[in-house]
Amino acid sequence: MNDTPPNSFRNMPDDRGHFGEFGGRYVAETLMPLILDLEKQYRAAQADPAFEEEFNDLLQNYVGRPSPLYYAESLTEEVRKDAPEGKGAQIWFKRDELNHTGAHKINNCVGQILLAMRMGKTRIIAETGAGQHGVATATVCARFGLPCTIFMGATDVARQKPNLFRMKLLGAEVVPVTSGAATLKDAMNEALRDWVANVHDTFYIIGTAAGPHPYPELVRDFQSVIGKEARAQMLDRTGRLPDMLVAAIGGGSNAIGLFHPFLDDPDVKMLGIEAAGHGLDKEHAASLAGGGPGILHGNKTYLLQDEDGQITEAHSISAGLDYPGIGPEHSWLKESGRVDYDSATDTEALDAFQLLCRTEGIIPALEPSHAIAAVVREAVKMDRDQIILANLCGRGDKDIFTVAEALGTEI
Amino acid sequence: MTDRLSSSFPADRAALVTFVTAGDPTPADTGAILDALVEGGADIIELGMPFTDPMADGPSIQEADIRSLAAGTTTANIFNMAREFRQRHPDTPLVLMGYANPMTIRGSEWFANACVDAGVDAVICVDIPVEEDESLGDALRAKDVAVIRLATPTTDAERLPQILSNASGFLYYVSVAGITGQQQAAQASIEEAVARLKAGTDLPVAVGFGVRTPEQAADIARVADGVVVGSAIVEIVGEYGKDAAPHVRDYVKSLSDAIRVARHG
Ligand SMILES: Cc1ncc(COP(=O)(O)O)c(C=O)c1O
Repeated sequence: MNDTPPNSFRNMPDDRGHFGEFGGRYVAETLMPLILDLEKQYRAAQADPAFEEEFNDLLQNYVGRPSPLYYAESLTEEVRKDAPEGKGAQIWFKRDELNHTGAHKINNCVGQILLAMRMGKTRIIAETGAGQHGVATATVCARFGLPCTIFMGATDVARQKPNLFRMKLLGAEVVPVTSGAATLKDAMNEALRDWVANVHDTFYIIGTAAGPHPYPELVRDFQSVIGKEARAQMLDRTGRLPDMLVAAIGGGSNAIGLFHPFLDDPDVKMLGIEAAGHGLDKEHAASLAGGGPGILHGNKTYLLQDEDGQITEAHSISAGLDYPGIGPEHSWLKESGRVDYDSATDTEALDAFQLLCRTEGIIPALEPSHAIAAVVREAVKMDRDQIILANLCGRGDKDIFTVAEALGTEI
Repeated sequence: MTDRLSSSFPADRAALVTFVTAGDPTPADTGAILDALVEGGADIIELGMPFTDPMADGPSIQEADIRSLAAGTTTANIFNMAREFRQRHPDTPLVLMGYANPMTIRGSEWFANACVDAGVDAVICVDIPVEEDESLGDALRAKDVAVIRLATPTTDAERLPQILSNASGFLYYVSVAGITGQQQAAQASIEEAVARLKAGTDLPVAVGFGVRTPEQAADIARVADGVVVGSAIVEIVGEYGKDAAPHVRDYVKSLSDAIRVARHG
């Protein structure tokens, strides 16, 4: 891409919402005035200390931030058993699974609902895959008294029943989407269709760092609380920065939230983990590893697609990673070489899920289980005095049925 | 190439612009359906490129896209349909309409060349707004393929000049904020919008979204330069499948007849 490396990796996107060749605003004309207005209002909010104050107050007192930074000593010991002499890095977790509603998604929802109210919008819509973003959206809507409609693929409705019920308890209307493979991509299509028909009163809370500009930027900014806290906590606890960061990638919001505050720390390596499903040579959801640049859902980014640009269906055991695209900033970070990307299969994620349950007494969501699988793989190659920090971005209560089925157990 | 387009807006009546999805129900059926549009009296043909994720379309066109893709329609098939149409109908303008990804996946120059090669006069890309025009527009204009812009009820006076910059062919007024195939807008709002748009451009203004009946088409024909009908035709193809052509022709004729007398009644 660029012959000269940029001075900073943290000054993207440009004023047109482009991250290098990625990102942008690929939406129908009906939505254009709306996202231009959103950008204007977001700039105003950024310049308004009262906005930040309210955001921080809610994160602290409603969400429960800062989330702990935890040294997973028992997992570290377990991994060292299989490591060569002198190898086996210290494994640390950023515990965003302890947030209210059980995942990082709430950070972004708090930010976006404050923006929605600032813009005078009276109705909220959102898409959801695993249901975590749907639950987080329904939560902030209940808190602020706004009606909300959540679009969820019918396949995901079936595999994320607990979250479906939670959304209903919180007062949301959940619309099952049956088009396509009836997963996250299709839910997003349907949310966009609703939005274009209700532009005047409706705010679309996008759940990941993707979509038309300024969504990738603002979702990243709201999620960056993860990385900002982790950086300060790590310095405070160990006097140094981690050697490697690891995060699972669906659309990429928890990953960019962890990575972004560290991007200009040249000694901190970063590894984003896509879902390799049944394997990269079979059905998977790894758009960087197995896709190419294209345009979908408002942005240019890596997509799973055929030679005619038709989008192909993703597969992952984890509903939250089951998406054939990725946020545009990750596409750019990959091409710029700043962040490395790898993947973990369904089976590897299931193994890591069980490993964390047994060693640390933490039941992780299937999404970060992909990151944990990679952490185990990487830690054995790293020296004992090195630190690997992973984003434990969600808890696994929602996944126990899926895991039971995969393990052949009846609950 | 754009000449074919500008000369198809008659001075004394509105043009009828009709949309069908390429390859619906199968690639082999599209030729006869396109012929039926022309026989029925369509002045301009929009050929929809099916896409797996038609975010701006309602259920009728979504289903048409699914039928077409399930039948194996490829981009190569679509350009073949266009080329064969051009041979049979040298004077009827053909507009490709669709989404950004299938149009740009091989690069915008490849797409522009394929349009020229197949005799396509213009392109409407639903999800490339003027802000991202360079992704496709430059290459098309360089080859004299018209880039048709959309204006909507949310396009305000400040934004309109931007949309009109580099627009060619005609201006497509999407009369409702929403997806294809739903309600039609109120006549008064259409009249007001067309007047506003015509004050800003010399391009013909065609109005679409939600037009179903000959009466609706005639109402629009009284105030606009063109009437666009899509979902209603796609639904006929959905209902009759391989046998759709005569039904499509009869329906299009009913629209065309209504438009032809609209300004006299
Ligand atoms: C716990 C958890 N982690 C990760 C993801 C994936 O999203 P992202 O890549 O935006 O963090 C989801 C999505 O639902 C999730 O619920």
